[in-house]
Amino acid sequence: MTELRIDSLSKDFGTFRALDSVSLDIPNGKFVCLLGPSGCGKTTLLRLIAGLETPTDGRVYVGGADQTEVPTHKRGMGMVFQSLALFPHLDVADNIAYPLAIRGVDKATRRARAEELLELVQLPGLGSRRIHQLSGGQRQRVAIARGLSINPQVFLLDEPLSALDASLREHMQIELRQIQQRLGVTTVVVTHDQKEALTMADLVIVMKDGVIQQAGAPMELYHTPANAFVAGFIGTTNLMPCTVADGVVSVLGHAFPITEGDRIAITSGEAQLSVRPEHVLLGAPDEGLPAEVSFLRDLGESLHVLMRVGDQEITAHLAPGHGHDLVTGQTVGIRFRDGEKVVVQ
Amino acid sequence: MSATPVQTAAPRWLGLWPAAMLTLFFLVPFGIMLAVSVAHRDVSGFYEWSFEWDSYARFLSAFFGKVMAVSISVSLTAAAICVALAFPFTVFLSNMGHRAQTRILVVLLSALALSEVIIGFSLSTLLSQTAGIGNLFHWLGLIDEPRAYTPSLFALITGLCYIGFPFAVLVLYPPVSRLDPEIVEAARVMGASGPRAFFGVIVPNLRGAIVGAFILVFVFTLGSYLLPQLLGRSEHWTLSVHITDQAVYQSNLPFGAAMSVFLMLVALALVGLASLAGRERGAA
Repeated sequence: MTELRIDSLSKDFGTFRALDSVSLDIPNGKFVCLLGPSGCGKTTLLRLIAGLETPTDGRVYVGGADQTEVPTHKRGMGMVFQSLALFPHLDVADNIAYPLAIRGVDKATRRARAEELLELVQLPGLGSRRIHQLSGGQRQRVAIARGLSINPQVFLLDEPLSALDASLREHMQIELRQIQQRLGVTTVVVTHDQKEALTMADLVIVMKDGVIQQAGAPMELYHTPANAFVAGFIGTTNLMPCTVADGVVSVLGHAFPITEGDRIAITSGEAQLSVRPEHVLLGAPDEGLPAEVSFLRDLGESLHVLMRVGDQEITAHLAPGHGHDLVTGQTVGIRFRDGEKVVVQ
Repeated sequence: MSATPVQTAAPRWLGLWPAAMLTLFFLVPFGIMLAVSVAHRDVSGFYEWSFEWDSYARFLSAFFGKVMAVSISVSLTAAAICVALAFPFTVFLSNMGHRAQTRILVVLLSALALSEVIIGFSLSTLLSQTAGIGNLFHWLGLIDEPRAYTPSLFALITGLCYIGFPFAVLVLYPPVSRLDPEIVEAARVMGASGPRAFFGVIVPNLRGAIVGAFILVFVFTLGSYLLPQLLGRSEHWTLSVHITDQAVYQSNLPFGAAMSVFLMLVALALVGLASLAGRERGAA
């Protein structure tokens, strides 16, 4: 049975269509990331699921039951807000147990449940602290614990880690994923950070302009993007205009034969070619598309070679030990690794 | 360059400016008032410098005890009503569009520009028998005969609330508009109904602002002496009215000064208590 089902959901704000007939089936216990640039409708979709917005059109089902008309406070969902929205007038344990207090659970049970959740988020014994005494990462954990305190059917998180610094953020991504796997709760996270989505999700939903561009497993999106936007948004890539005809992809006047493993969505006519930087190979100028090296960026773990062909920029990431004889201004010949060309609309 | 003390933006002597102003306009008049309150009343019209407790002794009577109680109850009631009306109003206001908020705040501010005299006479006309709402109610068939609603305690409290309401909103507005709207949404998602989220999350988080608005309106209405005479009966006359009466009409400056000192002490004590309560509950 499908746990969370979105059926042609639309939302207008005045004349602006924030969400345009979005449909989704999210299986029970999956970790889903709504990914996209700001203004793509991902937060609106999350708020519609929570009932904080009323849809212009469409329905929301949880466990088969229509929730569209159910008011927010009767949906029984867990949610972590971007600002965390912890209550400064309550201590940590009372924050976590707030949903239980609303439901009339007695104080002893609430305290016990709060302590249990504090252990889950690795903050044992901090129940009597005030919110302002906690660090950013600790507040984050308290917000997660509070969202989980009623064992919700659906756990929603709106950019939950955006306030944290980079290293703590990566750590929390892994931890959040581990907690979700342990509890098996259906989880929907809104993020604009594709690395965050790739780290945590079973299913990534890429959105743009209120429309789903592609939904799939992280590596499916990485290797077989549905269009140029997804190719550019998931990971880094080189996007080049190309023409396809008779088993050949022509880029900037140079013809590359289609090889086995290439993902060719457009078999003839104008299209976009996407090749990841790690699949761009360099050789002698006459061995491929001639390009001028414009910048070298050595990061130790890899060497980034920025090149120009006319107005088109192409980047290659070389493994350590390669390309140390390259100099800026030199002309090289670009080839693409067999089976790693992706042609999309 | 050797290490030199960091120069603050303003020279240090500038700090004396507020102290000088405070001395000139508050401490000196207060000192004079204290001195006058222990002076000897000269029945011919003024006072002679001396040191006697007569004025204070006269104040410690059942009559003035009752006046004090009336003053404080009237101001407490007005403050409570103002805050009870202004708080939901401000929460509602802060959820409106930016333009609507600005317009409403401008209207409120312009109400502050009206003098107490205009407000008092307007209300006494509106509540009168011949030209007021009593006529309207009669015309609508709600009451049998046109009647006056002034002078009365109701009219007095209405007038004080009219004056106090904009102040309460202005004190409440900044903290209310700064309150994270996600806090309320969080409470809603976690199962709190609208009223429950309001009383369980919004009110406790703004306790300090509510106490502040309450104190401001209380102190402000405690000093009102015009409205009680215009809109209230003589038994609703507040201490401020009696102070004016003694100082201006009875030419008894020492007694007026003694009552003023007492009123000030009571007001200070109540403000202290209220802010203490606000702080303790806020940190608990």
